[in-house]
Amino acid sequence: MIFLALVAQTVRISMPYLFASAGGVLSERSGLIGLGLEGYMLAGAFTAALGSYYGQNPWVGVIAGVGGGMALALLYALCSIRYKADQVVVGVAINLLAVGATRFFLRLVFRSSSNSPRVPGFSVVETGTGFLALAHNPLIWMGALSIPAVAWLLYRTPFGLRVRAVGEHPGAALSVGVPVPKVQWIAVALSGALAGLGGAYLALDQHQFSDQMTAGRGFIALAAVIFGRWDPVRVGFACLLFAAAETMEIRLQGTSQIPGQFVQMIPYLLTIVALAGVVGRAVPPAALGKSGD
Amino acid sequence: MTGPAAGFAVRLTGIEKSFGPVRANRGASLAVAPGEIHALVGENGAGKSTLMRVLSGMYAPDAGTMEVDGRDVTGWSTAHAIAAGVGMVHQHFMLVPPLTVAENIVLGREITSHGQLDRAGAERAVAELCARTGLVVAPGRRVADLSVGEAQRVEILKTLYRGAKLLILDEPTAVLSPPEVDELWRVLARMRAGGDTIVLITHKLDEVMEISDAVTVMRHGETVGRVATRETSPAALARMMVGREVALAGAAPLPPAPAHTATSADRPALEVRELTVADPRKARAVDAVSFTLAPGEILGVAGVEGNGQTELVEAIAGLRPARAGAVLLDGRDVTRLTVHERGAAGLSHIPEDRQRRGLVLDYSIADNLVLGQQRLYTRRGALDGARIADNARRRIEQFDIRPGDPAAPARTLSGGNQQKIVVAREMGRDFSVLLAAQPTRGVDVGAIEFIHAQLRAARGAGKAILLVSADLTEILALSDRIAVMYGGRFAAVLPRAMATEEVLGAYMTGAAGQAA
Repeated sequence: MIFLALVAQTVRISMPYLFASAGGVLSERSGLIGLGLEGYMLAGAFTAALGSYYGQNPWVGVIAGVGGGMALALLYALCSIRYKADQVVVGVAINLLAVGATRFFLRLVFRSSSNSPRVPGFSVVETGTGFLALAHNPLIWMGALSIPAVAWLLYRTPFGLRVRAVGEHPGAALSVGVPVPKVQWIAVALSGALAGLGGAYLALDQHQFSDQMTAGRGFIALAAVIFGRWDPVRVGFACLLFAAAETMEIRLQGTSQIPGQFVQMIPYLLTIVALAGVVGRAVPPAALGKSGD
Repeated sequence: MTGPAAGFAVRLTGIEKSFGPVRANRGASLAVAPGEIHALVGENGAGKSTLMRVLSGMYAPDAGTMEVDGRDVTGWSTAHAIAAGVGMVHQHFMLVPPLTVAENIVLGREITSHGQLDRAGAERAVAELCARTGLVVAPGRRVADLSVGEAQRVEILKTLYRGAKLLILDEPTAVLSPPEVDELWRVLARMRAGGDTIVLITHKLDEVMEISDAVTVMRHGETVGRVATRETSPAALARMMVGREVALAGAAPLPPAPAHTATSADRPALEVRELTVADPRKARAVDAVSFTLAPGEILGVAGVEGNGQTELVEAIAGLRPARAGAVLLDGRDVTRLTVHERGAAGLSHIPEDRQRRGLVLDYSIADNLVLGQQRLYTRRGALDGARIADNARRRIEQFDIRPGDPAAPARTLSGGNQQKIVVAREMGRDFSVLLAAQPTRGVDVGAIEFIHAQLRAARGAGKAILLVSADLTEILALSDRIAVMYGGRFAAVLPRAMATEEVLGAYMTGAAGQAA
């Protein structure tokens, strides 16, 4: 029983990671750094709360969350692809913008500096291990499917082949008539939509938006993308691993001699280890981050 | 120039194309008859590649008209060019290394079933294409694992898959070994026999004479003339390319080695003992190579690229650690010294990739000319602009660097003039041993002649030179002894008199490697 409860909690915690890192894989495989995932997710969480509040229906929130994440992603695409600005600079700016903008609208719309009022979500009353609550939340199913869906898109469709080619060698793709910027725009927009779903999951799960509620989850998702070496399936497992570590931390809170902060470091430590080439070499897409050239 | 276009597969007239202040094409023209192999020759920076990129739709011309098969196609897109059967094989391969051969070939024109990629179908289509054209390569292999020759076959297959009837090849032999070049000529001849038209960009005149039917010569962005190959000669073409008489490599026999080389058995200028170098992919990129180099001697290192030449030179220069073995400069062990310390000990290095290793492209000519020796150009700890400028003026004059503005960023210069900056810096200072890696790659005929003369003069002055080149003509023209590198080892070291292209070619492919 306790084991099943742990698994259920791990699945819940992994959801934002799965959504955002699925988006991150798409964006990065097309050559655009997924640094803004955190920002897309935060924007998505806010617009999801907004949608669910005014629509009095969580599905309105889901759609609004997709829209919010995608809106910021399109801004990133505009700066990085259309105007060839440095992707790292734009990515950092997007994240700062998301923090500021959500805080601003939180005050403007809900007259609060900390959180929104309660909004409708999908959760039902938790019983036993919590699996029942999971199964009743359609976002859980969507999150679980996001990784296989991206894997299918990348490896089984013409669009995916083009994404992979564009991220490795845009010149080659261009020379055979692949519309490189268009492929990148679509990949980034989808990454924003997916990360926005991750944000929507958070807001609807907690029935509210609270200031900076993503709390670095977008960065952990990005770490999972790197730790999973840009392969959707490996990235999915990385998300589950990170989520499991977090579950352990929560369960051990107070009972263990190990400060929780050390457990929180695990995703980043593992990512550094992965990048340093300890477990096989992590080779990023060759053209990653180079849209300014 | 507005006569009937009938009879020509391609007719370009008055093509203008500028990139910022640089006018790459100034009223260039080209006429290619159907079913011929047409060579487009000219020095580097003459505008050949630009003109062909205009023809293949990558660039839109600023002015001028383009006709293909008698149809006006001025300013068309890549997609239109591909649809009309015009395909270009670029000098730097346009292949995606992690993807398979089949994926690279179908990219942009994917075979699908129910919206999904049809991998089996793609591999089948590629296999059929291979069988039909005689260009054999396994469809399922990753491009990253292919040899250069195989990668080029994939490039050609890519254009044929799109139905190319007019094939443009940009310097296709630059990276091939002699047998691979022969194979390419057979493929092109077969395509010509099948009625296809081929435009071949090159600056190697022997290739022009060997394979082409007609030649168009370009200089400074303009078309100098069009001649039938059988009515011209390499000397005449070189004159058209440069605009004056030039000494072609190999034409001038090497003067006998200076007298002191014969007696310099006392101490070699450079000695390499059992040098082994690792690289990320191969444990032994250079595998226990030993040789000595006497003052006043040029040792040529031939070989297909990727057989350890780069690693060998970089290890001697100090850019790459040696895993085992020793490097001795003038009898002194420098294996553990830094690049700077080796330079001070008399080692000079013309790196093979001038843009990555040789120059800071955004620095001015003057700054690039003192790079690495900047400490000699300081006054009370600050750079001395007056002396740097003075040095630049002298070197620009001496090495004929154009444009002659010391403040011009290196990026704005043509490849040949960029290379002259590197040569001027490395040969303009005190040195006893020179590592010259691909010293004339991507450099025009006039600059090649000049750089060769500099190397000969340095040899005459008693300098020891290690010349690494993928260009056999160059190796044969300059070297006293010739080593062939294959699989990280010297497959053979031959005196110049015993070396011919055939012999070297056999060692380069490993065919004759066991004998050594």
